Order: sequence, then C-alpha cells, then structure tokens
Amino acid sequence: MTNKLIDKRTIFKIKDLNLWYGNDQALKGLNYDINEHDVTAIIGPSGCGKSTFIKTLNRMVELIPSVRTSGEILYNETNIFSKSFRVEELRTKVGMVFQKPNPFPKSIYENVVYGAKVHGIKNKSQLMEIAETSLRSAALWDEVKDRLNSNAYGLSGGQQQRLCIARCLAIQPEVLLMDEPTSALDPIATAKIEELIVELKKEYTIVIVTHSMQQAARISDETAFFLLGELIEAGNTKTIFTTPRDKRTEDYITGRFG
Amino acid sequence: MEKVTGVREIIKNNFNSNKGRLMEKVMPKAFLLAASISIITTIGIAFTLVFDAYKFFSKVPFKDIFSTRLAPLASTPAFGILPLINGTIIIALIAMSVAIPVGLTSAIYLSEYASENIRRTLKPIMEVLAGIPTIVYGFFAYSFVTPLLMKAIPSLEAKNALSPGIVMGIMIIPLVASLSEDAMNSVPNSLREGALALGSTKLEVALKVIVPAGFSGIIASFVLGISRAVGETMIVAIASGSSKNFTFDITKSMQTMTAYIVEFTSGDAGSGTLGYYSLYAVGLLLFIFTLLMNLLAQYISKRYREEY
Repeated sequence: MTNKLIDKRTIFKIKDLNLWYGNDQALKGLNYDINEHDVTAIIGPSGCGKSTFIKTLNRMVELIPSVRTSGEILYNETNIFSKSFRVEELRTKVGMVFQKPNPFPKSIYENVVYGAKVHGIKNKSQLMEIAETSLRSAALWDEVKDRLNSNAYGLSGGQQQRLCIARCLAIQPEVLLMDEPTSALDPIATAKIEELIVELKKEYTIVIVTHSMQQAARISDETAFFLLGELIEAGNTKTIFTTPRDKRTEDYITGRFG
Repeated sequence: MEKVTGVREIIKNNFNSNKGRLMEKVMPKAFLLAASISIITTIGIAFTLVFDAYKFFSKVPFKDIFSTRLAPLASTPAFGILPLINGTIIIALIAMSVAIPVGLTSAIYLSEYASENIRRTLKPIMEVLAGIPTIVYGFFAYSFVTPLLMKAIPSLEAKNALSPGIVMGIMIIPLVASLSEDAMNSVPNSLREGALALGSTKLEVALKVIVPAGFSGIIASFVLGISRAVGETMIVAIASGSSKNFTFDITKSMQTMTAYIVEFTSGDAGSGTLGYYSLYAVGLLLFIFTLLMNLLAQYISKRYREEY
C-alpha cells in the first residue's frame, strides 16, 4: 500500500478493524500499518472516524459505553485487544495529547511528574530530572523553569498544550497520539507545536489527527485519508498531496468538500 | 534529547509486581457496599413502617381512615387521617408561597446581578440561615411572629397554621436560593453572551434564557423545599398546636403528620395500642408522600430539561 523504506519497523499493524457505536459503524474494515519514527497524519472531514481511529490505538475509545470492535491491532506484534494485555500498560507506551489542553489543576512540576509518580517512581532527584528532561523535550523548560511550583492554569494555551506533551514524555512512551492538538491554539503556538513534533519524531512515533491540510503537508511523512469510516487512501504525504489516486482524496485536499 | 535512564524499567517492574491490582478489584466492591448502605437502610425503614402499619390497617377499616374525625384518645377512638393531611399540605403551601418567590428572586439576583464580592458575602450569610436549628425557628414563630401577626389579624389564635408556615418558608429560602443559584450559575456564559449579542436586556437574559436553561435544577430545589416543608417537625409542633379539627382556616391551630407523631411518641401511646400503630401508618404515609415528591421531581426535571 505504501512505499515504505525497508529499514523502518512497523509499530502498529491494523488488521481488518471494525468499530461500532451501538448500531452505527464508525470504522469499516481498516487495514493499515504505522511505522516507527514516522509522523502519520490522519485527515478527513468531521465525523469520518479519524478521532475514533486514533483513540482505538490506545483503547481510549472504550471509555464510551456501547463501543464494540472486531479485528486486530498489533502493537509490536501483540494484539492490544487480547485479554492478557493490560490496557494501562499500553497507555503508558502509547501516550495521548488531546484537542484542548487538559493539565491537572496542580503545579507545573506536579503535572509533569504525575505519571511517573503513579507508576512507582519515588526518588525526588530522579523525579526532578524527569521533569527537567521532559520539559526540555517539550521546548517548555526555558519558559517555566523559574515557576515550576505555580499553577499550570497560569500558562497560556500553547504552553499548556506543550505541558501536556511533556506530561506524556515523562513516562517515556514509544508512540504519541495527538488528536487535533493545535485546533484550540493561535498560529504562533501552533507553529511551536509543529516544530516540536518534527523534533520529537526522532525519538517517538507520532500519529496526529488534523483538520488542517497544510499542517499535514508540513509535518507528516505519511498521510491517511478517512471518509465515512473507511480508509480511502494512505501513503507518502508528498504523493498523496501531489498525485492522489482516488478522486475523493483529490476533492478533499483541494477543498472541494469537507 | 537524552532520556532519564531507568524510568521505563521502574514502570515495567511496577506493572509486573501487580502492586495495587488487588486494590483495583476490591475497592469498587467497597464503594458499592458503601453506596448500598443507604439503600439497605431505606428498605429497612420501609419494611418496619409497612409491617407495623399493616397491623393498624388490619384493625381500622379504610372508610374510617379517610374521614375527618381524628380522636385517637377518645373512649371510642377515631383515626380519620384527613385533618393531618390537610394540616400538612396547608402549612407546606404557606411555606412554599414564601420560599419559592423569595428564594428564586434572590437566586436570580445572586447569579445574574450581584458582583462577585457581593455574592461572596451574601451567599454564606444566607446559608447560615439554613444552619439554625429548627427548634429555634419554632420559638421564633411562637413568641415573635405570632404576636406580630396578631396585631394585623386580631382573630388569630395563639397556635395557628399561618405563623409556622411563614417561618418554615423563611427557613427554606436559603435551600431554594442556594440550589437555584447553583443551577443558574452552571448555565454556560456563552448562552448569556448569545442572548446579549442579540440586543436582549439583562432582565430578558435572566428570565428568558437563564431561568429556562436552569429550569430542571430550579424545579429540583422547589421539590426539595416541599419535601423539607412536609417533613419539618419542630416548628409546627411548637407553633401550630395539636388541634385535630378539619379546617381550612389558617388562623386556627392545625396538626401536621409530623407533629402528630411527636405528640404521641412523647408519651401518650402505650406500645401495642391502636394509637401506637397509627404512628406507623402516619409514618408510612409521610414516607410515600416524600417518595412521590421525589419521583415527581425526577419526572419534571427530565421532561423540562434544556440540553446544553
């Protein structure tokens, strides 16, 4: 399906994934591979199942009652739906950043080390080290280093979103899922997050849902186009944006609908 | 971009050690247990009431219960319950006709007009009213409000329905005001902005947007107020007396269901007598009353809920 480089390892292998909300089918027979250290952009009009898809990757979708799935998602060769697989452990490895920044009403420091503390890290100096490294990786350290103990809600929207990214990074996930992470932010904050994503892909695998075609074109390596719960076309971002195979993909990216 | 070493290992060990896994299984059951305590208690109360009330109903025919003659201690005792129901409803109505208008308007003021500073001072003061023991309200009704009312209505009896009704209403104001204010305050600001941007005045926003949007919460506060009025005991026991006459004259003494129970448990009814079992019948009636009230509240708040 995609012209992958041989040396890239597949991290998510999605096999015939179907998902229903009650009787409405939201995802229809998806087959798709996500590669390590790629930024994969998921695009498509509202209600096409982008968010549902990305939430399925760390099983957050199961928070909605009446959700049913069939098929397999292999994460590093293990089916994430299998009973022996602990969903909490999956979520420490596949982190998530939400549409609206959602820091906890605690200090900046407490926000960053929350996950580490929950998962049993107690050593104070290690926690401080984690906080600094994570905030540096999220390009936030210089802005907040003098006020780590002040409330996270005092930060601007863009800073809050980077804090949420730092919070994910603190427990060293492999994958970062981002559900329209810049849709609530202004252009400057958006640009910072985009820069950050490009920087982060050296260490992490990133799957990002976005409404902005330009954003997908700017930062992603692979793009997948969803429509009404189906994966219409996926592949190298440049190819998708210059020579889409499917008429519907072309219509969408040229702004004829959606 | 270096990573802190050892973090992933600790997390992995933490998961493998299964620490807290037992808690994860046990705690929800403990929570459920705690939640079921109140349910079990309710069932227990209902059971006791029904059990002893049954003894009463098996001895007194229904025709006699729904009569206006109530004389439990007479040589030929009569157990007509209508005077008690009448007294309860009338006093609750008086109370709510004080509590609803005053409570709702003060809620509108607090939520829509008061500045943050005023709200922060007024609300706690109002809530102090709710903390006064009801027996104090009883004194207040008997020794202050009744003499005051006597000046306006010379025919008012020393024990009457009007004065405890009004005082009970005053007692319920903070409940209605506070809950309604919460309901109105939780209406999102975007609705206010939307209406104001169409040129509405503040009053129009308050009455046509905020009150309807918070309607289900407001109704819930009314019904809670009514439940409170029906169940209130001390004020009526002190200020309304124990006349068992069936009357609609609010200047006269009336007895409520709760006051009847107080009168009897404080001495007169020996265990095992018919009068003793009549307490359970009245208690059961009160229970059903408040139950119906709650069901009504649920129905209303579902029916009139404005989704936002």
